Amino acid sequence: MSGPGAGMPRPPPVTSSRCRWPGVASVGVTIWEGSGPKAQQGRPAPGTTEPAPAAPMIVARDLRKSFPVKSGPDVEAVRGIDLDVARGESFGFLGPNGAGKSSTMRMIACVSPRTGGELSILGLDPELDGVRIRGRLGVVPQQDNLDDELTVRENLIVYGRYFGISRAECRKRATELLDFAQLVEKADAKVETLSGGMKRRLTIARSLINSPELLLLDEPTTGLDPQARHVLWDRLFRLKHQGVTLVVTTHYMDEAEQLCDRLVVMDGGRIVAQGSPAQLIAEHSSREVVELRFRPGEQEGAIDAVSSLVDRIEALPDRLLLYTDDGDVTLADAHALGLRPATTLVRRSTLEDVFLRLTGRSLID
Amino acid sequence: MGELNRATTSGRYLVWEYLVRCWRRYLVSSLAEAVGTPLLYLLALGVGLGALIDAGPDQQSLGGVSYLDYIAPALLVAAAIQVGVGESSYPAYSRFKWTRVFWGVTATPVTPAEACEGEAIFIATRMLAGSTLYYLVLLAFGAAGGPTGVLMIPIAVLTGIACAVWVLALGARMRSEGGAFNVLFRFVLVPMTLFSGSFFPITEIPPALRWLAWVSPLWHGNELARGAALGGLEFWPAVGHLAYLAALLAVGLVVARRCYRSRLVV
Repeated sequence: MSGPGAGMPRPPPVTSSRCRWPGVASVGVTIWEGSGPKAQQGRPAPGTTEPAPAAPMIVARDLRKSFPVKSGPDVEAVRGIDLDVARGESFGFLGPNGAGKSSTMRMIACVSPRTGGELSILGLDPELDGVRIRGRLGVVPQQDNLDDELTVRENLIVYGRYFGISRAECRKRATELLDFAQLVEKADAKVETLSGGMKRRLTIARSLINSPELLLLDEPTTGLDPQARHVLWDRLFRLKHQGVTLVVTTHYMDEAEQLCDRLVVMDGGRIVAQGSPAQLIAEHSSREVVELRFRPGEQEGAIDAVSSLVDRIEALPDRLLLYTDDGDVTLADAHALGLRPATTLVRRSTLEDVFLRLTGRSLID
Repeated sequence: MGELNRATTSGRYLVWEYLVRCWRRYLVSSLAEAVGTPLLYLLALGVGLGALIDAGPDQQSLGGVSYLDYIAPALLVAAAIQVGVGESSYPAYSRFKWTRVFWGVTATPVTPAEACEGEAIFIATRMLAGSTLYYLVLLAFGAAGGPTGVLMIPIAVLTGIACAVWVLALGARMRSEGGAFNVLFRFVLVPMTLFSGSFFPITEIPPALRWLAWVSPLWHGNELARGAALGGLEFWPAVGHLAYLAALLAVGLVVARRCYRSRLVV
């Protein structure tokens, strides 16, 4: 690891000073200077001591959401979940499409009234204080809703105005956010000319224009190519390390592992497990996994043979997963039984395996 | 459903500000249209067709005014409705359906009702600009009536926005690709333009069908605008026309606000 750039008089910054993120309220990080917009009211000034037990960011008890359907019974999207998200935490909802993640996120974002249970965001009730809460949130929706006709910079400025931030302040923040989102060169381009990854970064930059205390990201990297996803994760990682509270939904286990200190696994509107990624893997899976891929038609016959080797097997349409503490030993045993799979892989357990264990299904169909 | 959103004072103004910013992108073309359209109509109908009509045997059927003077106020009001209905159909609908901009707007302290009002105020602004230009063209043609003719501008804006809020409500309830707007244009807007006393007095319509003109906002707008430009409108009928348009606007705005809310808060 090389030190700070030669000739830099300042002490080495945690991140490079260009990337130091001023738009985010967090302990020990410079936040906006100048006239405080209303979005900053009620927040401790930088440098002051932490207020005694800070109100949790999100508290939910038996939270429920159902949608009326024209012909038939209501659809229950969220069927009674409990949540506690603390300030500064990175919290994730992992689950397949239709698990209730987005419905939960919309309730937290105060744009969807709950059907039942208790919900408190930033210590306030969304039913009564939706406007105030929304003023302190940043929201990255699942589908981008940028204005394609306006420029990148204009999108940021317009959005800041909705929070009651002055035009001059919006312009200043937009410039800083363009830097953060690595969109400086695109500042005056129309949004319709941006790539999917750039639009996503702009949406994230936009969500930070009001220096939110809580950032909600609904499937932030779905539909992006691998490189764009890594750029985005890097940006989110910086925010996390500056103490921003992140709440992320995803159906990618690698995303959850990268970003989340703690996560809940949702399925069918319920929470089926929770903990840190490592805890979940330790509790619900083995240390290693052996993947055996057979030629078409040969997998069926192999299941009986390998079931004597390990306690748990998952048969996916295209391969067998063998859960074991020592993958190399298990693979050698399988070969000793005379099995000749087309390809083999020994790997560590992931959240995907946890999910398979808990629901019997894959995260991504 | 609990009260999720509380109105703040400035949300509708901020949405208006955003829409004006978008308008700047097509300002020139929209203003050119606002001047070009009246020119074409006045030349074709007022001057061309009017020459035939004014040469006809019955000089009193239009109340003793030239055909150009007769249709000019109605054309101005119809143009405002055209802008209002146009702007509140596909462009407004796209903010729900295609660009989804309104979902972003209402993730902030701005409420759905404020988004609706901001949109309505913006449409009124567009109509104000368009009607003012139209009035100036009429002045150039000498077809703008007396000094009170300038009142045609607010009358046209009132008539247009009273129609537009209902189209906003329709858009907020739609899920399709916008086909209902085409039905609206063909089967409501065009007949309304033709049979609301714009080009001929509604006394020419058979009595059994005359109610169609009475419910038409354009007819009320026409009566008011013609009265402002040419005189001859009594006090109480004028109050009646104004009250009709005001009621249409007030109820439409309440309905539109509700539709915006139920679209955006689910």
